[in-house]
Amino acid sequence: MALEGLRLAMTALPGGVPAWHARAEPARLRELAGAIAARAGRLAALWGSDERDRGAGFALHAAFVVDASLLWVEAPLDAERPRYPDLAATFPCADRMQRALRDLLGIEAEGAYDQRAWLRHGAWPADAFPLRRDVPAGETWPNQVEPYAFVQVEGDGVHEIPVGPVHAGIIEPGHFRFSIVGEKVLRLEQRLGYVHKGIDKRFESMSVIEGARLAGRVSGDSTVAYAWAYSMAAESIAQSTPPARALWMRALALERERIANHLGDLGYLGNDGGLAFGLAQFLRLKEDVLRLNARLFGHRYLMDVVVPGGVARDLDPAGGEALLAQCAALEAELAVVRDIYDDHAGLQDRFLTCGIVSPELAARLGVIGLAGRASGQPWDARVAPSFEPYDRLAVNMKLARAGDVAARVGIRFDEIAESIRLIRSIVEQIPGGAIATDVPGSPTGRGIGWVEGWRGESIVALEVADGRIRRAHAHDPSWQNWPALEHAVIGNIVPDFPLINKSFNLSYSGQDS
Amino acid sequence: MYRLLKQIVRTGIKTEPPPSADEALRVVQQRLKAEILGVFAGSLAIRAVDAGSCNGCELEIHMLNNPYYNLEGLGIKFVASPRHADMLLVTGPVSRNMEVALRRTYDATPEPKLVVAVGDCGCTGGVFGESYASCGRVANVIPVDVAVPGCPPTPIALMQGILTAISAGAGR
Repeated sequence: MALEGLRLAMTALPGGVPAWHARAEPARLRELAGAIAARAGRLAALWGSDERDRGAGFALHAAFVVDASLLWVEAPLDAERPRYPDLAATFPCADRMQRALRDLLGIEAEGAYDQRAWLRHGAWPADAFPLRRDVPAGETWPNQVEPYAFVQVEGDGVHEIPVGPVHAGIIEPGHFRFSIVGEKVLRLEQRLGYVHKGIDKRFESMSVIEGARLAGRVSGDSTVAYAWAYSMAAESIAQSTPPARALWMRALALERERIANHLGDLGYLGNDGGLAFGLAQFLRLKEDVLRLNARLFGHRYLMDVVVPGGVARDLDPAGGEALLAQCAALEAELAVVRDIYDDHAGLQDRFLTCGIVSPELAARLGVIGLAGRASGQPWDARVAPSFEPYDRLAVNMKLARAGDVAARVGIRFDEIAESIRLIRSIVEQIPGGAIATDVPGSPTGRGIGWVEGWRGESIVALEVADGRIRRAHAHDPSWQNWPALEHAVIGNIVPDFPLINKSFNLSYSGQDS
Repeated sequence: MYRLLKQIVRTGIKTEPPPSADEALRVVQQRLKAEILGVFAGSLAIRAVDAGSCNGCELEIHMLNNPYYNLEGLGIKFVASPRHADMLLVTGPVSRNMEVALRRTYDATPEPKLVVAVGDCGCTGGVFGESYASCGRVANVIPVDVAVPGCPPTPIALMQGILTAISAGAGR
């Protein structure tokens, strides 16, 4: 087992996924990161905490995926001079997370290449750190928007196109700075953080039960994934296991969330490729899914269906029949529409070889989720480590290697088909019994949750003291995948950017949180 | 092409009747004259602004254009620039990092203009509240005519909110 060679004193964290907690001195972090990379591991999340009220300093927390397990490493940092070695040299995705950590907590990555602020646009001054525990929850500062030093591209005929934060379409806000020659993109630089809402700080004024509702709103399109990851962490702390039926219901909700999002994106991908027919067809199919969600679960997007201890809604036999009927209808419709997409020369011309992320680049950047699988990266937490009920359902992972828009479209079609298969199995095999168990009201401890949502893995790390949240951090897979989009557009033409962007459909809210 | 046309014919017309305006959603009394509302009612241009939402409200705003609701069939369409817009449809809470962008978008929208705040967060700040990073509800940053609660509001509720904003309202 790869974990054993890391020379760490590990404590197993109970719960739904294999997870370990360990402490390491900051001086060891770089060597540890190298050892994890050498074992085909990757950095999954990075966050920090203020431990000064406990007579210590600060702490850096890193979650790694090694050997199909989650390894949570906590490194104590000095109270006066909280520094740790740069991890971005080993795991490039650490770069933006490190910058966010400095903005929020004032702990710094020594030797990091990029020292610009990331989440701090000027809503708080450079010497204030809102996530520190001595900053009251209601503290605010005058908002003074600061300039940002974009990387300049120079040369004959090079010019810039600034886009956002308010975008032309109905999408989340962010800024894209294109450096182009003619129609060709030489460089794209993203600037995110516009929808930073202070979620981590907000968690700290909540009880462990109240926090579930906020977790379900880190990224609205992944509410089931986040609520499940959060509940997994809370249940780990409380050492309580939800009834089997509840776990199967969660998987049902997660697969319906996957289908709904893929349907919407496939519609917009057709539309951005010039085929409005696709948008009308797929949004119709998505609406059918949402309406059945509302009927069976009381919410079109399944918000607040997953709660600590289990789920809030049960499924009756008539509901099961309705789900199976929708699976059949969807399958028949998709066969027709997929054929039309596949045969449409104009659409395929836009999709093929557009926005390529090669498997080598994807591996270097640590691209995960559906975008990773479209570039040959076999990460899917439902498959490895797998967790109940996926261990019984045996998910077939869909992989492609082309890494272009067409590959990401293909993966979405394939994953819808797989989710339909999973939903059928769930409806047929779901065990009976209760749908929730009581979670003790005032637990203390730490726990972590890890769920493969439609976009990629959602991770929630939680520390609770007497039932109140002391520290909670929700990590979105978009942290890993946004930088890949910068690479994917290089050499493409500007009008292909919306198509490439939509093929990833990354979360702004989840990244900015 | 044959299969595409066949699928269109087979799908048929899915559009359902639109809801009516709902006076309960109105925040301030109708400010605009009947003549202007008459023009808006036939052709309303909306600029959607995500000022900090979790993206849940955007999912439902997208669904307004699906064949069931067919908002564009009512002469209401989304435009790419605030300079082309009659109405801002704003989701929140307004993050502090979006505060300036939202004010600028509002200023760039020509008069007469309407603002509809969307969702529990747009109406009250919702689960995110007010903090170092969040200004809370939309009305804390720009004037709001109509507020549509919900987490997220359904497409029907959104349509009601939009139609309320362009209706004359009670007492006129």
